[in-house]
Amino acid sequence: MALKIVKGSIDRMFDKNLQDLVRGIRNHKEDEAKYISTCIDEIKQELKQDNIAVKANAVCKLTYLQMLGYDVSWAAFNIVEVMSSSKFTYKRIGYLAASQCFHEGTDVIMLTTNQIRKDLSSPNQYDTGVALTGLSCFVTPDLARDLANDIMTLMSHTKPYIRKKAVLIMYKVFLKYPESLRPAFPRLKEKLEDPDPGVQSAAVNVICELARRNPKNYLSLAPLFFKLMTSSTNNWVLIKIIKLFGALTPLEPRLGKKLIEPLTNLIHSTSAMSLLYECVNTVIAVLISLSSGMPNHSASIQLCVQKLRILIEDSDQNLKYLGLLAMSKILKTHPKSVQSHKDLILQCLDDKDESIRLRALDLLYGMVSKKNLMEIVKKLMLHVDKAEGTTYRDELQHTCNTKLCNCSTLILLRYISILVELTRLEGTRHGHLIASQMLDVAIRVKAIRAFAVAQMAMLLDNAHLLTGNMQRNGICEVLYAAAWICGEFSEHLEDPNQTLEAMLRPKVATLPGHIQAVYVQNAAKLFATVLRKHEGATDSQAAQETSQLLVERLPLFVQSANLEVQERASCILQLVKYIQKLQQKDVEVAEEVSALFAGELNPVAPKAQKKVPVPEGLDLDAWINEPPSESESEDEKPKAVFAKEETKHSRPRHTEVDEKELARRREARKQEQANNPFYIKSSPSSQKVYQDAPGVEHIPVVQIDLSVPLKVPGMPMSDQYLKLEEERRQKEKAEKKKKEKKKKREKHGKGKKHDSGPESEEDITPAHHVDIVTEEMPENALPSDDDDKDPNDPHKVYDIQGNLQDGSQVVVSVIFENKSDSFLKSMEFNVLDSLNSKLQRPEGAGPHDGLVVPFQLPPGVSNEARFIFSVQSIVMPQKLKGTLTFIVKSEDSSTHEKLDFKLHFTCTSYLITTPCYSDAYAKLLESGDLKSSSLRLEGVNMPFHHLLARICFHHHFSVVERIDSCASMYSRSIQGHHVCLLVKTADQTVSIDAKCDEPSLLGNVLDEIKQTFSQC
Amino acid sequence: MQFMLLFSRQGKLRLQKWYVPLSDKEKKKITRELVQTVLARKPKMCSFLEWRDLKIVYKRYASLYFCCAIEDQDNELITLEIIHRYVELLDKYFGSVCELDIIFNFEKAYFILDEFLLGGEAQETSKKNVLKAIEQADLLQENLDFQIRLFPGVLGPNVSAESSGLFQS
Repeated sequence: MALKIVKGSIDRMFDKNLQDLVRGIRNHKEDEAKYISTCIDEIKQELKQDNIAVKANAVCKLTYLQMLGYDVSWAAFNIVEVMSSSKFTYKRIGYLAASQCFHEGTDVIMLTTNQIRKDLSSPNQYDTGVALTGLSCFVTPDLARDLANDIMTLMSHTKPYIRKKAVLIMYKVFLKYPESLRPAFPRLKEKLEDPDPGVQSAAVNVICELARRNPKNYLSLAPLFFKLMTSSTNNWVLIKIIKLFGALTPLEPRLGKKLIEPLTNLIHSTSAMSLLYECVNTVIAVLISLSSGMPNHSASIQLCVQKLRILIEDSDQNLKYLGLLAMSKILKTHPKSVQSHKDLILQCLDDKDESIRLRALDLLYGMVSKKNLMEIVKKLMLHVDKAEGTTYRDELQHTCNTKLCNCSTLILLRYISILVELTRLEGTRHGHLIASQMLDVAIRVKAIRAFAVAQMAMLLDNAHLLTGNMQRNGICEVLYAAAWICGEFSEHLEDPNQTLEAMLRPKVATLPGHIQAVYVQNAAKLFATVLRKHEGATDSQAAQETSQLLVERLPLFVQSANLEVQERASCILQLVKYIQKLQQKDVEVAEEVSALFAGELNPVAPKAQKKVPVPEGLDLDAWINEPPSESESEDEKPKAVFAKEETKHSRPRHTEVDEKELARRREARKQEQANNPFYIKSSPSSQKVYQDAPGVEHIPVVQIDLSVPLKVPGMPMSDQYLKLEEERRQKEKAEKKKKEKKKKREKHGKGKKHDSGPESEEDITPAHHVDIVTEEMPENALPSDDDDKDPNDPHKVYDIQGNLQDGSQVVVSVIFENKSDSFLKSMEFNVLDSLNSKLQRPEGAGPHDGLVVPFQLPPGVSNEARFIFSVQSIVMPQKLKGTLTFIVKSEDSSTHEKLDFKLHFTCTSYLITTPCYSDAYAKLLESGDLKSSSLRLEGVNMPFHHLLARICFHHHFSVVERIDSCASMYSRSIQGHHVCLLVKTADQTVSIDAKCDEPSLLGNVLDEIKQTFSQC
Repeated sequence: MQFMLLFSRQGKLRLQKWYVPLSDKEKKKITRELVQTVLARKPKMCSFLEWRDLKIVYKRYASLYFCCAIEDQDNELITLEIIHRYVELLDKYFGSVCELDIIFNFEKAYFILDEFLLGGEAQETSKKNVLKAIEQADLLQENLDFQIRLFPGVLGPNVSAESSGLFQS
């Protein structure tokens, strides 16, 4: 009875063949997974049977389930069992299952070697056939090694059916077991002339694939293939041969020359599009590789272009697509031939297939020239309006932006209006790009400024249209450019009053911070223009109204959370209030106000700064200016407001310098601010705008960044405020150094008496005022006229700044100043290397040799020398001891002297101010790779934004985001460590939570921050 | 050729042949991605697309998509030809083939493919020779369990689409 039941169920199981399984799955759509799991259980039962037919049936079903995505690797051994069946029916199923389910990691594969070998030598050609077919799918290096000889023998099998399979599978064997190639190659070559066309074609296939991987080994076969090409009529074979030649020609130009003729013949004669396409592609490749020395190749190119035109004109989308694809290859070397088919390609922009439109656009991108620009742009503009599909539209705009510029004035006029039109489209991602292009064009081309300004004013007026959807705020970047252009070139504005009003609308406060900052700054510029206009017309009423407008609207910005906006707004607000006071007394102020922004901004060639010779006696590292002292009241002069923030940090040290001189210097500095193109682009995110833009080299204002001689790269140079802070810091440092040295000098008994009163450093403005239009290189620079030094101090000062360069090289620039009355020469600078930090000495120098300072110092002169240190680990601060030896030459004697010093490399000096967007910042924190640490500072009594500013300036951080009394900050080390800070303040207590991927670096940076605040 | 996939308009995989060694996970990922990409394309679009560093050539026959991945230097048109040739072979073998034939006789579809392509290369360009080889191999099969053409009625929904001949549309 029991036996009967078992037998019955076996029958039932056996009954369920593949078709039943498929049908069952289709009838169990609702609970497919459940049904399949019962089926798998059944299959497991079936596989336990001894009956090979049952097993084969089970394996067949498993193969189906494998395709549906179920794991069947557990049945690998059963598959091998079915493969080894002597019956072809089952063997076939076994090999099929193996070819679908086995991969290199399947361990039972090694059990199959002998079985496969047996099948390969089977008298039945179909046994051999399935074995070869299966092997082609799951061959492993081991199988290839063990079976290479057997397969090689099969290449000479009597049956062409086996020969062709054996030849084809040899390619897989070569890939897995390259050693087999050498012994098998002569036979493979023989097969090229096999009487059976199938075998011949298989051999061509294999050699073509091999030659694509390593062409030079197959050059010797070129004559044979040449013969085959001219004799064969099988298109499949011809395509392969032509492809093979395409791979060989770059190695052998003569072959290319020889090929052109038969290929052009084929192009003329063939009716098979696939062959035609292959020939055209190969001719193009040949012509590219020949490049020169082919006098009549223009005919071949013409032929190719003609044929491609036919493809593109075809109604078949596939041919159209391929035609455009091949056209773009020709475009690279023969743009003229393609340009003559512009009409056709423009037509393709109307195609209903987006992929074809994209191809056509790609092609147009490369085709633009001065002559056809207008037409192409017109056409593209039509398309932007009706374009469907976001990829296509973005691509379209990108093309418009990047390619279609740099031409004549007329074109640029058009370009500006195009850019303006582009901004009208919602949802573009190219706001940054458009903005930078607008700035670029407006700055560089004087002739179109008036037009550009009018357009930009319109944009500003309609800003609400652009900012309507803040989700897509990419486009509001354009307002950044618009505001700047309107402010800077405000003399071209028709109605500056209206633009000013537009820039101060409350809605502006919803824009990103860096744009608001530009708005505020440029509102001030506009204000100056408006004032002048009204005073010119002696309309004091209108002028006062304008001032009133600013006084009313600016407080909105003063409350901004953005540091930059807040600061600028409060400065300008104070300025305007003061002006208002003067206006009420009927004082003419317009001249003075516009003097704030006087001077024209000119484009500077990227390498301009490098070419400016440093005038003799000019010390680029001395400070530009003394920070003004607290004793000056704010409203003493209207211009003093720019220094307002500064005064809070400075100390009253420089009382000896007379007030007039100070005022004069301040004036000069403000001039420079107005001229300084960076001044408006100081926020970290705005810098990013330029980093993103591909045409960055065209924007001269950014380039100068590299060569301004304030040597703390990575700092937003544009920010004058930062700069002054930095200078102040350096000054303190220098002052400290000076004191140290004084002591030492006294010990040596060499120092003269000096008064301990306040000292003045030299005051030299740097050679910023490079006057260049249209990117010429400057011949000379304008050094500042005041060069006065304090003759009282006999001591030498130097000022050390870490200048961080790429990798872990640190450039230290040292300023040597001779404060004595003697002549100093033969100076040698030496540092005792540590394991971690080493002074880079010239080749051949010993590790303890000093470096000769390449100048001498007459009394009262200073100069700068730079020394490069290589630093291994930057996670710890370093102090290096060093000595400077020199000869002091006085009138009657000369003595050898030395001076000891210490170089302090703080961890902070390895950090580079790097802007970071808040989303990138959030991602970084989420990544979980960062270790955290924290710091508490008690009794810090300063406004929060000063605190942030302090961390930014002293420790090279940038503010990522600030919300009330909480801010996130970011910096990066020269070795790419991320340092993130979360700064919170409450009741004079500041807590800093920090994260960094290098805990010791973080610890040291935090210590340094702590120290900074303990000093104040 | 790197691989060939056959899938239905509903995104169901009907046949897969891989000529490059990949893990099952990778295969599944590629399949899912490609099926989505190809099905998302509009009917009038061309048959080629660039995907990762490969070129995808696909063609739709009735409710079934045939999709091949080839390398950069490979010829798209000859790949289309291969697809078409395979459909012709299926058609000759099954006699006016439809998707159901491939579903229920999927091992036969593989055998035909294996006689036509080997290791991703066309091994036999003559349709006659391929069919001859298949017929002779079938003769060797003992219980010629010849496929009952199924009656659409018992097969549930969507059958009408699956049973329409691949060459009909």
